[in-house]
Amino acid sequence: MGSEHIDEVSGISTTGHEWDGIKELNNPLPRWWVITFYITIAWAIGYTVVYPAWPMLTSATRGVLGYSSRKDVKNELAAAEVAKGKYVAAIQAKTVSEITADDTLRDFAVAAGGAAFKVNCVQCHGSGAQGSKGFPNLNDDDWLWGGNAEQIQQTIAHGIRFASDPDTRLSEMPAFGDIITTDQIKQVGAYVASLSDPVQDTSLIELGANVFAENCAACHGENAKGNRELGAPDLTDAIWLYGSGETAIAAQVRAPKLGVMPAWIGRLGEIKVKELAVYVHSLGGGE
Amino acid sequence: MKFGTEIVLLSLFAFAALVAAGFGVDEPFRRHMWVLFFAVAGFTAILLRNTEFKPTVPIDPAAYMDGPIRYGAIATVFWGVVGMLVGVVIALQLAYPDLNIQPWFNFGRLRPLHTSGVVFAFGGNALICTSLYVVQRTCRARLFGGDLGWFVFWGYQLFIVMAATGYLLGITESREYAEPEWYVDLWLTIVWVAYLILFLGTILKRKEPHIYVANWFYLAFIVTIAMLHVINNLSMPVSFLGSKSYSAFSGVQDALTQWWYGHNAVGFFLTAGFLGMMYYFVPKQANRPVYSYRLSIIHFWALIFLYIWAGPHHLHYTALPDWAQTLGMVFSIMLWMPSWGGMINGLMTLSGAWDKLRTDPIIRMMVMAIAFYGMSTFEGPMMSIKAVNSLSHYTDWTIGHVHSGALGWVGMISFGAIYFMVPKLWNRDRLYSLRLVNWHFWLATLGIVVYAAVMWVSGVMQGLMWREYNEQGFLVYSFAETVAAMHPYYIMRAIGGAMYLSGALIMAWNIAMTILGYRREEDPMPRSIPALQPVRSGARKWA
Repeated sequence: MGSEHIDEVSGISTTGHEWDGIKELNNPLPRWWVITFYITIAWAIGYTVVYPAWPMLTSATRGVLGYSSRKDVKNELAAAEVAKGKYVAAIQAKTVSEITADDTLRDFAVAAGGAAFKVNCVQCHGSGAQGSKGFPNLNDDDWLWGGNAEQIQQTIAHGIRFASDPDTRLSEMPAFGDIITTDQIKQVGAYVASLSDPVQDTSLIELGANVFAENCAACHGENAKGNRELGAPDLTDAIWLYGSGETAIAAQVRAPKLGVMPAWIGRLGEIKVKELAVYVHSLGGGE
Repeated sequence: MKFGTEIVLLSLFAFAALVAAGFGVDEPFRRHMWVLFFAVAGFTAILLRNTEFKPTVPIDPAAYMDGPIRYGAIATVFWGVVGMLVGVVIALQLAYPDLNIQPWFNFGRLRPLHTSGVVFAFGGNALICTSLYVVQRTCRARLFGGDLGWFVFWGYQLFIVMAATGYLLGITESREYAEPEWYVDLWLTIVWVAYLILFLGTILKRKEPHIYVANWFYLAFIVTIAMLHVINNLSMPVSFLGSKSYSAFSGVQDALTQWWYGHNAVGFFLTAGFLGMMYYFVPKQANRPVYSYRLSIIHFWALIFLYIWAGPHHLHYTALPDWAQTLGMVFSIMLWMPSWGGMINGLMTLSGAWDKLRTDPIIRMMVMAIAFYGMSTFEGPMMSIKAVNSLSHYTDWTIGHVHSGALGWVGMISFGAIYFMVPKLWNRDRLYSLRLVNWHFWLATLGIVVYAAVMWVSGVMQGLMWREYNEQGFLVYSFAETVAAMHPYYIMRAIGGAMYLSGALIMAWNIAMTILGYRREEDPMPRSIPALQPVRSGARKWA
């Protein structure tokens, strides 16, 4: 690089080549750049000595610390298990009613159940267990299958209409569209709606009451208060799973939507199911 | 006859597509082949209407071949607007899920349309057209191979159309940034090898004694992408007339192959390729020599050698063996300085020309691009550190990081190159409007700042919420709660993206008017030249 190629602005020599008017200065590498580069290389070599790094024929170097991410996870999980150990053992040993009666144990079970609820239940029941159309609200005191801790535990463990679990809760409201006439469905819709809300055409109520007595009272009861043994909802409390009002009720009479809840016992195990039952029981509606 | 061979070959190609549309074994494949048929048949019809029987005019072998580059510049702007528009749409879909229109326009299908649209359609066209522009001028040689340049341009557009329509039809390999199915992959391989031959052939017949640094970077990009593309897409089709194939790899080997590809798509497509662009257009626009030849050599080889090993940092804390995670991380850390070598060379090239920042919005755009390049190549190594990654991984922080690189670096340097090239390609003495470039600059810069800052905050928040335990050792937040917490940030992100898109629309207008030959009458920039000594005029009020 002869001194004949000097850039006038900077006074630095160029390499002497030119491409489409572009020249290159012959500046040295910035010192801080070189030093930092060397530091990162030295650090990298050091790190690979300390941690597992270099692949060999059948395995890899283990590093002087003997670190392994699998071992890390195992240790952390074991520590967590130990910390929870005595509570978990107690939860296993006791019934859910006994757990709800024990302050310390209940607090633990509510925290554990709450965490499990966020992972497994919020998708349908909502993050505040408030439910939505087709998915029951778990905060209120309206229970389809019973609201004491044991009943809730049974529902969580075996699910509702979950075909592959023999102990699942089963109820199947017939599609009355095939059984009674459209007029009768309209009448019974008005009657059922009138139990919790005023309806427009009061003339239908009387007729609807007759239809109800003949077709519905067997499961929902003479007073329409429902029957938890059968999972038949209370129709007088203004709480509706598939929508309120005569039309929605009539639609449910004609061709009922029958929701399915999975059985969780196989997936979560007995302890988690108990914790969930205690958590749901604690939400406000527990009996 | 003009286009004679092309018309015959394309007709056969269209006929093959028609046959495939008839005999395809699955519905998406048959639909996709109809798309191919109409694309190729339409193109053939255009050639037929433009054919001539006059004797061909001999081509001046000394003249540069700029036809495909002109088309490429237009395609860059067009696909840029399309890709960014889809980006804004999916940003809004995340904020307002009701905007998912099933099945063609749901998030799952539009997301690869956005990523491929901006990376391969916008970025790819920008790289192809600038590389062909640069290689001819720095080698003082016409493109090699006759009409090969046209084949590469149109072949690449066909790849983009087939990839994009495939996504919308639901055809996908589910490999990130490599979603097109096997037959589209094969087509891209053909086009890419043609591109390599075109580029390398031009370098080989150069009249300059040395190969300019920009061409090293472009060549590294072309060669490495060919290797990455072929290996990542090794797969066995279920039927040669069907749209489904299975990868040659499985399990963690497949994951590592995908991230070896994915990371080096960033490294060689979005970094090396665009560094090539920077090494030509920044010195040209600044009219200054490159800062350091030695730095360019060292950082080129260091970058090329180190980048290829860094992929495993995408798989920290997974089934990938610890040793591979360690190597992915330390190679990423060592990559920091080689990446910054490009930033230093770009920024320092402006020494002696810093005043142009005030008067030239194109230089400003290029400087902002280099600044964002520096920021994201620092952030990247930092995020590859396992302790940082345990917080940042799977969160929106990663999205913010990618966009500060993509919008800031890739986008801005491409805009600068387009603004530089277009007036020269169409023999205009200047752009339609320099003030519109300034508008573009500010909209884009503010858009990126909003986007990156918002994603950074929401990503860190998301990561902290995921790992929050209460004193009894249970998770505090459900996943749905973390999603709900991000809603306001998703809205702001869409606003940032919309600002960036509006800047690109201004560019499209400016470029279109320049090509059409209009000149906007406007004041020069800046409007007034400030005097070095403030002029004291009139009475001094405070005297």
